Amino acid sequence: MKVTILLFGQLTDIAGTDTITMEDIGDTDSVLASLQKRYPALAASKYVTAVDKNIISRNTLLQDNSTIALLPPFSGG
Amino acid sequence: MKTGNSSYERYQRQVILKEFGEAGQQKLLQSKVLVIGAGGLGCPALQYLAGAGIGNIGIADDDIVSITDLHRQILYSTFDIGFSKAEKAKHVLTRANPEINIIAYRERVTPQNALNIIGAYDIVIDGTDNFSSRYLINDACALLGKPLVYGAVSQFEGQVAIFNYKKDQGDIPVNYRDLFPVPPVEGEVRNCAEAGVLGVLPGIIGTMQANETIKLITGIGTALVNSLLTYNALSNRVYEILISAKEETRLLIPASIEAFKQMDYELLCSSVKQPFEIDGETFDKLCNTTGVTIIDVREPGELPKPGGFNYQQLPLSGFNEKANAITGHTVVLFCQSGQRSLQAAQWLYDSLGGSKKIFSLQGGMLTWIKNKSTVKP
Repeated sequence: MKVTILLFGQLTDIAGTDTITMEDIGDTDSVLASLQKRYPALAASKYVTAVDKNIISRNTLLQDNSTIALLPPFSGG
Repeated sequence: MKTGNSSYERYQRQVILKEFGEAGQQKLLQSKVLVIGAGGLGCPALQYLAGAGIGNIGIADDDIVSITDLHRQILYSTFDIGFSKAEKAKHVLTRANPEINIIAYRERVTPQNALNIIGAYDIVIDGTDNFSSRYLINDACALLGKPLVYGAVSQFEGQVAIFNYKKDQGDIPVNYRDLFPVPPVEGEVRNCAEAGVLGVLPGIIGTMQANETIKLITGIGTALVNSLLTYNALSNRVYEILISAKEETRLLIPASIEAFKQMDYELLCSSVKQPFEIDGETFDKLCNTTGVTIIDVREPGELPKPGGFNYQQLPLSGFNEKANAITGHTVVLFCQSGQRSLQAAQWLYDSLGGSKKIFSLQGGMLTWIKNKSTVKP
């Protein structure tokens, strides 16, 4: 099972990329924990999480080919 | 609109679009749009709205033109540095289209004036550059039921969405807090001045805001209602996510006009780390603010008991065990002299990090009652 993680805004600076893929991972909590382990600065960032374009507020099971998007708020104008 | 007059010729190229037509043009000419923030987003939005013939345009901005604005704020010239953005924008737009009404508000939108200014318009465009204005405008539009065309940028990326717009009667409209319930705290997000922005990016996003506004007014196409579009200027990646209304969001928006006017958005959205301590005046304001939890950390039986606001009791002796049950986006702690509440504030900050705003009443109840005559003995 493969999922794709899309990063936006300053999160791409933290990860050094805007797209990450993960294999054999079942839910969003595991994805976020794995990302935070890899990129500790992510834990201190604010963002909303969407699975297949729907915002989630709790741990969500993933399907094969799910896309998880992490979007931070922007204030600039 | 009669054929052959200057008005018809001015708008002819859009009127001949069959989806748009004379009916669409009439809707624009009768509409009232308020643009808050005449900066990177506001400038292009204003230019296209004025060009398209939005009949009544309000421009609210208290800022003056600076040299660092000119790479993206294309209504202004080098000669405008030091002058009011709202006035300069009005001047340039009036020359571009003298057939529409433009009002310049040379003031910052605050909880005191927001409802009056916004109340006079049909649609609001958020072109501001800070979170306190964005949450303030969102809450004001939610209270008044005004559609809000949101746009924001950072570095090479932008976001666009429409809030507070009912597609069908009976819909619960979404707002910014359904996306980001509470403002970020220190270090969570960098602002434009720190992070930088490519000049053309707000040009694209502000133009999209003008486009969405015109679509809302004329009813053509599919507007970005209930979704957030992100655009990346480097990769050209466009990504849209759906936003749905959440029950808990409504609790974060002031319930009434009076509650809204009591909100201190500057304080609640300050992106720099606050010292925990606040004075009595700020304390009183927060006591009447939606989503703020007030906690007495004194031991049971300690007097005097304050009156005039609701608070919980969570004595310092058992504070840490119960700290994770504290609700609300902002927590205000008080005790007798301000020492114990400051200690509790530090503990709370250590355990919660930046997930809540935390304050402690300086000088405690003893100082607070000295400045009050209405406290029960």
